[in-house]
Amino acid sequence: MFEIFASFGVALGLIGGADPELWAIVLLSLKLSLAAAVAGAAIGLPLGALIAVGRFPGRQALIVVLNALLGLPSVVVGLVVYLLLSRAGPLGNWGILFTPSAIVVAQTVLVVPIVAALARQTTEDAWMEYREQLTSLGVSRLRAVPTVLWDTRFSLLTVVMAGFGRAASEVGAVMVVGGNIDGVTRVMTTAIALETSKGDLPLALGLGIVLIAVVLAINAGAYGIREWSARHHG
Amino acid sequence: MAERGSFVLEARDLTVVLGGVRALDGLSLTLEPGVRTVVLGPNGAGKSVLLRTLHGLIAPTSGTVSWHRPTRQAMVFQRPVMLRRSALANIRYALAVNGMAEPQRTQVASSALARVGLDPIAYRPARVLSGGEQQRLALARAWALKPEILFLDEPTASLDPGATAEIERVIASIAAEGTRIVMTTHNLGQARRLADEIVFIHAGRAVERTAADRFFDQPASSEALLFLQGELPWK
Repeated sequence: MFEIFASFGVALGLIGGADPELWAIVLLSLKLSLAAAVAGAAIGLPLGALIAVGRFPGRQALIVVLNALLGLPSVVVGLVVYLLLSRAGPLGNWGILFTPSAIVVAQTVLVVPIVAALARQTTEDAWMEYREQLTSLGVSRLRAVPTVLWDTRFSLLTVVMAGFGRAASEVGAVMVVGGNIDGVTRVMTTAIALETSKGDLPLALGLGIVLIAVVLAINAGAYGIREWSARHHG
Repeated sequence: MAERGSFVLEARDLTVVLGGVRALDGLSLTLEPGVRTVVLGPNGAGKSVLLRTLHGLIAPTSGTVSWHRPTRQAMVFQRPVMLRRSALANIRYALAVNGMAEPQRTQVASSALARVGLDPIAYRPARVLSGGEQQRLALARAWALKPEILFLDEPTASLDPGATAEIERVIASIAAEGTRIVMTTHNLGQARRLADEIVFIHAGRAVERTAADRFFDQPASSEALLFLQGELPWK
């Protein structure tokens, strides 16, 4: 019991004392997760809205697949991305396996289904409300896609942040495709896993606290933005 | 504008079945420019479905809606649907969708807002406006499209008397400029004030079409007589 408190104290010391190793890992994590969230949003938001507004054969099946992908085991995603990016794989000539780019690719694959599934739900609700009015104004379904995306922008910010949270807290896939290389592809989650197994609890705990703080801050920000938008935009 | 006055809307044998219910049952109606038509009838008679079918939002199960030439049309709904942007931007959006370029778009949108007295709140987010203001905005948005025919589905059903009077004033002035008005209402006073003619609907059929001043005193059909007695029991 005492050891936990001692580790906790050292961890806070590392955070407060601006330990360069800790903050380098934190910064890399945030950078990669942000890139994955942006890429995931760029693909997932239009995809979700297209499914919400569109009418095409296989739409129901696509929704089922998308919802199933939410539960995608991340280690398996890591394995598939690993196979794609490995020397012998179809994307082997990119040469990005065990680099930060590989991590972003794997994280993006995990973020897209979350963003797309949540965006579909959000934009479909808006579409239900707008459909008659927009049709009356002469808006085609395709034209309605950017309209419902823009009109649900505050809710979608929360969706993108959920995607960011998924990317930032990801371990398995990141470990497999990144390799947890010190100073190159070591991010918060993989560092925590490694330091814990090595017995360096203070660093692991320090990173854990930062990770939780980041996720908390993001959710608080998303909540604040939603509240503000509800008051100012209705 | 040049062709204004020459369109004909012809609905023939319209039958609409929605969720197993026969909302319209072989209804025929011809509308030409000039007069203001109010569609009356008891709840569930098919008034709203008729307007939506004429406007093209509902495909008839059988029968046809035909326009003798392409006709600019717009519709105002009972509950206005506003996009999450400013009042002005809501009108600009409708104009942009219909192919109007800047700077004309902003000019037309601004004058439409002024038309309904909303110019002081042009930059207010549309969805936080009051119900009456939103409905005026919906009318301005429809009017900005310069429709030759405007469908209104109980536009004042959820408004207070002050807001209702304001909406009626706007509808009357839009009609005065030559836009064909086709509206439904539950408010018989409003029907008297705005209608030139009444189309009375019962069980999905048009049972009579009478000049408004005659309809309220001497409806031609027994269904309309019963309806008026129910709505105005003191008469």
